Amino acid sequence: MLYRDSGQFKSTYEDDRAIFPIAQDRYAMLALLAVAFVAVPILGNDYWLRSIFTPFLIYSLAAIGLNILTGYAGQVSLGAGGFMAVGAFSVYNLLVRVPEINFILALVFGGLVAAAVGALFGIPSLRIKGLYLMVATLAAQFFIEWSFTKFPWFTNYAPSGVISATPIDMFGWKVEESWERYVLALAVVTAMALVAKNLVRGSIGRSWMAIRDMDVAAEIIGIQPMQTKLLAFAVSSFYCGVAGALWAYLYLGTVEPVAFGINTSFQILFMIIIGGLGSILGSFLGAGFIILLPIFINIAGTGLGLNLSTAFISHMEFIIFGSLIILFLIVEPHGLARLWQIAKEKLRLWPFPY
Amino acid sequence: MSQAAWRNISIGVSGFIVLGLGALVIANPGKIFFSWTFFFEVLIGGLLAGTLYSLVALGFVLIFKASGVFNFAQGAMTLFAALSLVRLIEITNSILLSMALTVVIMMALAYVIERLVLRPLVNQDVIIMFMATIGMTFLIDGFGQLVWGSDVYPLNLGIPQDPFEVQGVLLNQFDLVAGAVAALLVAVLAVFFQKTRIGRALRAVADDNQAALSVGIPLRHIWFIVWTVSGLVALVAGIMWGTKSGVQFSLALIALKALPVLILGGLTSIPGAIIGGLIVGAGEKLAEVFIGPLFGGAIENWFAYVLALLFLLFRPQGLFGEKIIERV
Amino acid sequence: MTVRRFGLGVVAATVAATGLWAASAAAQEQFIPLLTYRSGPFAPSGIPSANGFADYLALLNERDGGINGIKVTWEECETQYNNDRGVECYERLKNKGPTGASLVNPYSTGITYAILERAQRDKIPILSLGYGRTDAADGRVWPYAFPALATYWSNASAIVNFIAQKEGGHDKLKGKKIGHLFLESAYGREPIPVLQALAQRHGFELHTFPVSPPGNEQKAVWLQIGRQVRPDWLLMWGWGVMNATAVKEAAAVGYPRNKFIGVWWSGDETTVIPAGDAAKGYIATTFGSPGALYPVHRDIGRYVYDKGKGHGPRERIGEVLYNNAMVAAVVSTEAIRTAQGKYGVKSLRGEEVRWGLENLTLNAARINALGLEGVLPEIKLSCLDHEGGGWVRLQQWDGKQWKLISDWIAPDRALVRGQIEASAAKYAAEKQITPRDCSKEG
Repeated sequence: MLYRDSGQFKSTYEDDRAIFPIAQDRYAMLALLAVAFVAVPILGNDYWLRSIFTPFLIYSLAAIGLNILTGYAGQVSLGAGGFMAVGAFSVYNLLVRVPEINFILALVFGGLVAAAVGALFGIPSLRIKGLYLMVATLAAQFFIEWSFTKFPWFTNYAPSGVISATPIDMFGWKVEESWERYVLALAVVTAMALVAKNLVRGSIGRSWMAIRDMDVAAEIIGIQPMQTKLLAFAVSSFYCGVAGALWAYLYLGTVEPVAFGINTSFQILFMIIIGGLGSILGSFLGAGFIILLPIFINIAGTGLGLNLSTAFISHMEFIIFGSLIILFLIVEPHGLARLWQIAKEKLRLWPFPY
Repeated sequence: MSQAAWRNISIGVSGFIVLGLGALVIANPGKIFFSWTFFFEVLIGGLLAGTLYSLVALGFVLIFKASGVFNFAQGAMTLFAALSLVRLIEITNSILLSMALTVVIMMALAYVIERLVLRPLVNQDVIIMFMATIGMTFLIDGFGQLVWGSDVYPLNLGIPQDPFEVQGVLLNQFDLVAGAVAALLVAVLAVFFQKTRIGRALRAVADDNQAALSVGIPLRHIWFIVWTVSGLVALVAGIMWGTKSGVQFSLALIALKALPVLILGGLTSIPGAIIGGLIVGAGEKLAEVFIGPLFGGAIENWFAYVLALLFLLFRPQGLFGEKIIERV
Repeated sequence: MTVRRFGLGVVAATVAATGLWAASAAAQEQFIPLLTYRSGPFAPSGIPSANGFADYLALLNERDGGINGIKVTWEECETQYNNDRGVECYERLKNKGPTGASLVNPYSTGITYAILERAQRDKIPILSLGYGRTDAADGRVWPYAFPALATYWSNASAIVNFIAQKEGGHDKLKGKKIGHLFLESAYGREPIPVLQALAQRHGFELHTFPVSPPGNEQKAVWLQIGRQVRPDWLLMWGWGVMNATAVKEAAAVGYPRNKFIGVWWSGDETTVIPAGDAAKGYIATTFGSPGALYPVHRDIGRYVYDKGKGHGPRERIGEVLYNNAMVAAVVSTEAIRTAQGKYGVKSLRGEEVRWGLENLTLNAARINALGLEGVLPEIKLSCLDHEGGGWVRLQQWDGKQWKLISDWIAPDRALVRGQIEASAAKYAAEKQITPRDCSKEG
């Protein structure tokens, strides 16, 4: 009843092309942002800010990155974890050698380095496709992880082989408290999600989708496969790189290269498939599903008060989580974002579906 | 870009890498130890290790061929099969009985998978099916640990493991047994596919499942059979790897070793899985021993993928994969 | 982004629930969070560790009624040996109990790193016995981290001292070849600087053999070890599936097992039992002696298992990792006891327990009184030194059980300590931390 767009007329092209053409969506989004920026930092305690929201946001950013590459440009990749590592280690190396640099600049630098590395490892995509490409990108993952473990320069010759996030200083703002970290992560993620949304709606996004749907045909209508694919790799890796840097600086603090191991790459791929390929919203939903659901299952199991053993709860967590993945795929193979869209469509017509 | 241009670029890149590595080796004479005996030792060791990769890769290929599913759960199935076997041996004290029971368990698993996962998701995208098998991985891992436990269980089926020397080249009985098992398995699968009625049906489904369906081949039975066979291959792989390091959760990770083999050999070819395994095994061991010291070692993991990548530059569908023909 | 709206609802519900929970627990008790991993690839090591720790806490409650009458409470949280989950567990449990977590044993080097700064802010000490950040042994830079008993650097040095003993003196090391086989990771590379320094001092050749993780395939590296380099002694820093595989491969190339020495994480039952006969003669270091024949084990059997309150199967009491974890529980609870001496017998906060850790002294008399004679070395921690002696013992697998083959061996303290302080100072400079002045600590 409340969710209805009758009476909202679009009289200009700008209106028609808006991200949220329906007014209620706009208000909901603004309300959500207000809650996220104001209410959550005030009301949330350490546990929620530090171990739920912050990692969720950072993973969402990485998922957006991979979604650009896999969901929009159609290049399946298992290198996301490696590119996150590149971002984290670049930012660390910049800040440890030139400490006076603003953190935001360092983030951009980390993203750019990751983008360059990503484009380099994207070259085989010009020749190799589909599952073959997916497996081939593991070469990037393993090579990057190996390099950071192997060459002590990357860790500034730390004997433990780990990097420790240097203090964050932005325009005199020292980001230390958990709410400050959360707000910084939220700001970065919001800005970058907005950019991503506009990128995929514009001509670049369209050329990516053309390549995804059929690259030979796209080439014929004048889209350069090389530039387009490599750009997708670069932009995607930029997002992953920034996510990796945030992961190191806002979440973990001290990082060994294994923190960006193959499991991370797999998890991010799972996120976008479950959330919805080719959907920014889906990246958030998928991150929530993959990161938070197991935790909630675990908490629920512990909180039942049945005195179940830790091992039993953990195994049940695996089983329930796996079943839910299969269940959701059977219900809606195109991901949670599609489910959300269907719900919205239904809501618009409710209670008179015809 | 044209095919010819690609060929030239690929040859150029590979040539550059080979020459570069050669130059590195020659420029660092002190760091590399080389003798022909040792070379053959590493080569044979690598080939035999490769057969163990092939065993895992075979399971993937069977399923991909018949149902177009890239089965991420192959590692989990390997673990589950080996775990069932080793725990059943503890209970029943009989290896043969336990084997038989494990076969039944793997059949039941295949049935459940076909009924609850494959059937509802028939004709979905490759990536969706892939994700479904990831769900299965969690499910099987959790279920396996719940029923059988998460400890490490030694597995000793009496396979001899002593080293011996032939012409100064060190060999290990276990590796030879593993190679023989792999060869036997491939032979059995070849006969099964080529000579039996079910095998013919399987090949028909692999070629075109719509056409197979229309001539009356029951797709569901075929899937059940393929997943069962793949479960049995997983059991064999689980036994070999479990003998090496004990049956424990890490068995589920051996799938990673099979991936470069798969793309190198082609996702749809059984001989490809074997040849790919041999190439990857020999290639990565030779690289680790003779090139690795220049970089400080442990290059095996990524080297296998780079090797596969180089082959893919020439043949994007793998050595024996079906040629991809694209029409606009 | 709408998922967060749902999230907030859950926040409200959980916050309410936690509040209720906290209100009900007003009695005097000391809460210890247990980060465990009973499932996943490292579960074989996680299970005995978790059981050993919890069994000892249960023993204190059942036999002594807690620590000086203050009941010990604990809750397990499953990390699956995964850093993110470890952080979540830490955050979930840190405020439980009347005074929050007393101290935390992360049982994973990765998780230790991940919560290092958080714990410092939350004023909760981290006790990482035999793992974690080695240079955190410098208490001036890390007031809240305690890599107590022995760090990897001490261990590497102690092993070299053991080898020197066997060879007949440090001067006999000259020209010997010593190999270091390790999991290619931050953990495996950690002892290399110390080994290099020792190689230079004693004139032995150091050969490093990295193994690609997870380490289930080691053919290439063993051909190098067994057929090419043939080191006189071989050290191993392995973990998980790598351990048993390495011992098997050693047999496959005929490398003598009695020249093959593992770190404590490569010296438990999961290393040798899957390897079968191949493991006979294999050596490893330990900081908690193996076996179940000590008085404390008898008590655990009598007070805990007889009452049906044991955490694992009875026959697995006394496994290497079980005992190691039990030692961690001993150090944890003795630190609480020490702190009670200063702050009074009541529920203590993390920063008070930290004082207890920093002033912990376990001498022979105290260790005997605890029924642990010979299980762990004497230990004395201080503001400056969060490690203690760095003593280890060597044990050898005879095919059925671990047998001690040496007395407590000390590392080269001057060398190790020098490297620790240099590394800590570098970290302090990077992080812009001013180290504490230990002369001002009470």
